[in-house]
Formats: sequence, structure tokens, C-alpha cells
Amino acid sequence: MIMSLGPYASFIVTSYAAAALVVVILIGWIVLDYRNQTRRLRELDRSGVTRRSGRSAMDAS
Amino acid sequence: MTLIDLANPTRFLALTARVLPWLAAATVILLAIGLYQSAYAPDDYQQGATVKIMFIHVPNAWLSMFVWGVMSIASLGTLVWRHPLADVAAKAAAPIGAAFTFLALLTGSLWGRPMWGTYWEWDARLTSVLILFLMYLGLMALWRAVDDPSRAARAAAVLTLVGAINLPIIKFSVDWWNTLHQPASVMRMGGSALDKSFLIPLLVMAIAFTLLFVTLHLAAMRNEILRRRVRSLQMMQASRVAFSSAGSREGSASNEVGAA
Repeated sequence: MIMSLGPYASFIVTSYAAAALVVVILIGWIVLDYRNQTRRLRELDRSGVTRRSGRSAMDAS
Repeated sequence: MTLIDLANPTRFLALTARVLPWLAAATVILLAIGLYQSAYAPDDYQQGATVKIMFIHVPNAWLSMFVWGVMSIASLGTLVWRHPLADVAAKAAAPIGAAFTFLALLTGSLWGRPMWGTYWEWDARLTSVLILFLMYLGLMALWRAVDDPSRAARAAAVLTLVGAINLPIIKFSVDWWNTLHQPASVMRMGGSALDKSFLIPLLVMAIAFTLLFVTLHLAAMRNEILRRRVRSLQMMQASRVAFSSAGSREGSASNEVGAA
């Protein structure tokens, strides 16, 4: 079955494409932020800085 | 595990690490089902195929208000119970809420042009949602502007609770004022005005987007906890460096006194 979007197809496609783009940007931002924070924690861990509890900076991350 | 156990950030990180893959998988499956149902939903007798924009616009519009509601509850947690994760939850939700509100405005505008003949109208519903979007941006700017996280948390919590006044205004704007926007057709007295062929895909998409929000929110909360951990460790590192350099200066000064 071929979907017909009628004379306003560009409005429909743009809506779905914009939603997909924004969701991809959100996911990308969260993934990159996670990588950035864990990299900084690893660097701190390597430099010998530990939490007051004595646990590794990477604990449960 | 009780809810109070989640007050511990390390336990929260451990729990969410286990839950997130399942949530992400459920979101992908529901989104796939919702998109399939939306694609093959029949055309509306008046709007034609543009009714398909509803399946993406309405979930985003619901979430724009839902996320602010979540932030308002978290703000109560910050101000009343001083829950350690309350501010983390509110701060992590703001950019996601802003993104959903932006999408609600954009898709609404793209739906409005063919149906109303205009992209934008300064009516009560559209204007109150635009105000909500600006409030999200304002909150994000506030968190970035204040260096001390606890001061930023309290200020943001007060602003969030004041901003919550806008939620009933958005919801009932279509009843209180004469607007171009249609009145409520899903959640209303007397049941939904939508036919099942539209209502079911809409509800599936709404649940899918809500799951998407929960997944993204938990992941963003994890990042925020790690960011705060990095900040406190960097402060410890800086104080150690300052302490050791002060100690070495004192040591060299006492050596000089001894030599003299």
C-alpha cells in the first residue's frame, strides 16, 4: 500500500523530519555529555583524586 | 528498594544503569508501532492527510506541560524536602522540556499554515505555549548564570513553581478565550471526540514519547550527577594543590629561618 500525503505533503514530512532531528540531537547531546563526564572522572581517578567515601570516582557510573 | 533509597546518587546510578536499556528498547518498539499506525491512519474528511501532523504535535504539546509538571514536583522536593536528587531532576528535565515545547510550536505552526492559512496567530493557546518555551530557556540560563549549585537550585525551584501557574492557563486557554486553536478533543468531559482510527495511534505515540522523555530524563540525570561529582573532585584537587603549595612555602620559609 503506497501512502498518499496529498497537496500538503511538504508540511507533513517537515513536521516528522523536524521531530526526528530534534530527538536525534537530544540523544546525541546526552551521549556526548556522558562520554565527556566519564572521561573527566577517569582523568581525576588516574591523578589520584578520590571521593571522601574513598570510593573510585567512576563508582556506579 | 524503596523510593528513599533513590535519594542516594550512587544507588540511583546503579539502578538506572540496569533500567535504561529496557526503557530505551520499549521506547523504540512503541515509537515504531506508533509511527506505523500513524502512517496508515485514514485521512480526515476535512483536513485530509495533514491530520498525520496531529500524531507528532499532540504528544509534544502534552509533554511540554508534563515536563514542567515534573520540574514543579522536583522543585517542591528541592525547597521542602531538600531531596538530593530533586534539583538534579529539575535541571536535567529543562532542556528536554524545551525541545518538546519547541517541537509543539513548530509542528503546530506547520499544521496551522495549511489548515488556518497562517503559521502563527497571537491567540491565547499559542502565546501561552510560547511563554512556556521562553520560561524553559530562562530557567536553563539561570542554572548557567549562578555558580553556586545550591543557590541556583533554590532560585530555579521558585521560578519553576511560579511558572507552573502557566500550565492551567495553557490547558484552559481554549475554553476561557475565543481562540483559533481547537478546544480539547481527547481529554474532555463526555469522552474523546476522536474516532478510534485516530485515537489509538495518538495514544500509542503519546505513550512512546512519554517513555522517550523518561529514558532521556534518567540518562540526563545520570550525566548531571557525574558532572557534580567531577566538580566536587576538581574542587578537592584544587584545595589539595593550594594546601600542598602553602605547606611547601612554609617549609622553605622555616628552612631559611633555620639557616639564618
